[in-house]
Amino acid sequence: MRIGVVTFPGSLDDRDAQRAVRLAGATPVALWHGSHDLEGVEAIILPGGFSYGDYLRAGAIASLSPIMTEVVDAANKGVPVLGICNGFQMLAEARLIPGAHTRNAHQQFIRRDQRLRVENAATDWTNGFEQGQEITIPLKNADGRFIADDETIKRIEGQGQVAFRYVGVNPNGSFDDIAGVSNERGNVVGLMPHPEHATEPGFGPDTPAAMSSGVDGLTFFTSVIAASLKIEAPVK
Amino acid sequence: MPTIVVEVMPKAELLDPQGKAVTGALSRMGRQAYSEVRIGKRFELTVAEVTDEILEDVKVLADDVFSNSVIEDVVSITVQDEAATVSA
Repeated sequence: MRIGVVTFPGSLDDRDAQRAVRLAGATPVALWHGSHDLEGVEAIILPGGFSYGDYLRAGAIASLSPIMTEVVDAANKGVPVLGICNGFQMLAEARLIPGAHTRNAHQQFIRRDQRLRVENAATDWTNGFEQGQEITIPLKNADGRFIADDETIKRIEGQGQVAFRYVGVNPNGSFDDIAGVSNERGNVVGLMPHPEHATEPGFGPDTPAAMSSGVDGLTFFTSVIAASLKIEAPVK
Repeated sequence: MPTIVVEVMPKAELLDPQGKAVTGALSRMGRQAYSEVRIGKRFELTVAEVTDEILEDVKVLADDVFSNSVIEDVVSITVQDEAATVSA
């Protein structure tokens, strides 16, 4: 399976996302924001970083990039799209998912290993998790506060579009402790924390078993491979 | 050349963390008179001339690009010609 990772001016975690794709067993394809060519990839990742220096609004200028026309088209046709952190902000700005992001309620940049609960294990990017499973992956952002109007929150909660919720602590003031959401179809998923930083033993979050051994993020990428093969992901 | 000014504010019902931080600073400076500060954005668009077509387009841009309707409101779109700028 070929999975595209789009690099924007100011992307930081595009290489890490490519590496995570490779570790999961797929082939990463570097895509460029200024192009209109998705190079036939079967899934797309919008990586983390600070595209355009967060000017205007985080993710806003990147969401207007040439390649986003094709990304939006592909997403609407059912191609799996994952937005991580800045990529999550782009998905919201491109209206592929509901809601928006503002500055963290406490105004501070935050970096921590974050516990999450998988609230929807039926999306293309979460099918390898158990419903309700708790995972730990790194979180690092300044504009991570997910917000939406009451009606929208009610709708996405009711339709199972809340994919991940913060557990233990709400690190940024997101409504309903929402850490990640999906579109109605479940092929587009966005979240603030970084699964690509928890895919290789020795470089992930600490676990009770060993330091830096957390690889909970790998399941995002094995899930999308499973979704493309229409099989069940190996449950870890 | 005339300038079209678009002003955008965070929605009134939403927390404005920047404004809140400044409110706190004013309070620490002993300026108790200001119970709230909110911070918005001002866009100045320079054009060769202001036409109805341009104004329509600016309305579209204000809603789709300069603001995000989930979190912000476009509060005004005004035209400033050079004379007005000078007298202001």
